[in-house]
Parts: sequence; C-alpha cells; structure tokens
Amino acid sequence: MGDLLFLIIVLGITFMTGSIIEKRHFEKIKKREIALIKKPIINFGAKTWNTNRKIKKIELVTGECVISGDYFKNFVASLKNIFGGRLTTFESILDRGRREAILRMREKAIGANFIINTRIESIMINDTYNPQESVPQCAIIAYGTAITYE
Amino acid sequence: MILTNIESVPGMTITAQFGLVTGSTVRAKNAIKDFGAGLKNMIGGELKSYTELLTEARKEAIARMEQQAYRMGANAVINVRLATSSVTAGAAEVYAYGTAVTVKPKG
Repeated sequence: MGDLLFLIIVLGITFMTGSIIEKRHFEKIKKREIALIKKPIINFGAKTWNTNRKIKKIELVTGECVISGDYFKNFVASLKNIFGGRLTTFESILDRGRREAILRMREKAIGANFIINTRIESIMINDTYNPQESVPQCAIIAYGTAITYE
Repeated sequence: MILTNIESVPGMTITAQFGLVTGSTVRAKNAIKDFGAGLKNMIGGELKSYTELLTEARKEAIARMEQQAYRMGANAVINVRLATSSVTAGAAEVYAYGTAVTVKPKG
C-alpha cells in the first residue's frame, strides 16, 4: 500500500513538472522559430550548389540537444506499449529535441544566406543494459553547410 | 580549413583528393553531473550537462579530423558526416568523417 502511494505521488509530481517544462519549452521554441522566419536562412536538401554570386564564407554549422522524458511519460508509454498504437508522450520529446537542435544550428548561422544539406542525427543514450526500465534520453545533432554571399 | 557536408565547395574547384579522414572521441562527464542528470531525468526537460558533453565531443572529433587533413596537406574537407553512438550510459561517442581535398578559387 505504501509503495503504491509513493508511486502515485511520484507520478503526480513528475506529471506536473514534466508538463510545465514541456509547455514552456514549446513556447520558447515557437517564439524563436517565428523570430528566425524573417532571417534570410532556408534549410535546403541540395547536395550541390551552383551559383554565379561571389561567396564570402562557407562553414559547417551544428546544433546539439540532449532531451529527456520524465517518469510519468515513461510510465504512460510502458502502459501503452501493451496495447500498441502511438506513443504520444515520446513523440513530443523527440519533436522538441529535433526542433531545438535545428534552431540552435540556425542561430549559429544568423548572417548566412542559406544552410544546405541539413542532416539530423539522433541517438538514444539511456541505460543500454536496461532499456525497458530507464527514462528515454535522446541526443540529437543537426548539421549543415552555411553559405554566405558577399 | 573549409568544411562542408556537400559534394563540393561552392565557388571553388577541387585540384587534388587525399581520401578519407576521420576523427572520433568518446567523452564522459563526472559522477556529480551524472547524478544531477539522473535527477533531471525524473522531472523531464533538457539535460544541459549532456548537451555540453555532446558539444565538446563534436568539437574534438572535428578538430581531430581537421588535424589529419592538415597533415595530408589538404585545405578543405568535403562531404563531412557526423555519427554518434552510445557506448555506455553517461558517455557519448561522436565520429566525424569526410574527404580531404585541396581547393582553389574559381577563375
């Protein structure tokens, strides 16, 4: 009985903290994305780049983010795993992490005209010996080539 | 050293190729930061110390790759790819690889 009560309390606290942190993070991401729309940066998938304009600077830009779920999300996901279907709690974590990494990459190339061939690399870095039990942690690297015209 | 992750350096022509250059690093944070991250893991959110770890690892891997290319006499690395793998909990491996080339401005 005591264990169950403890679990309920932990779930309640982590639900509160997790949802508050997530909400704030999403608000921040949205604000930064809107601020970056006006900048002349476009993410391209192009592998080659032909232009007649003079190029001032070419550099590799990267953005990293390690994002973690919370205990509540993990609990819900493990329940949902039984019946199958969308694990919405994990979707939001990965979405946040990717958007954050891309934003950081774009913010590093604020003066550039384009970022081309953007690639996103992601990996789970949680406990490899006990992946079922541990809360997911996702490390994401976004990188691309920033091109600045003269 | 010019780094790109596309097949060429825009505005420049490739004069010589030197083949594959690589750089890798495995890094870990200290136990105190691991403990802090473990607590943060419960309540959720970004693990800032691990993001820092990833940034350091990425910088080091790219620096090693650049060094290798520099020793070959190249002045640019094209087609750079970054790969990560999880070695153990609390550690990150970043692997950078690309083709070392010499480039010169067009015309």
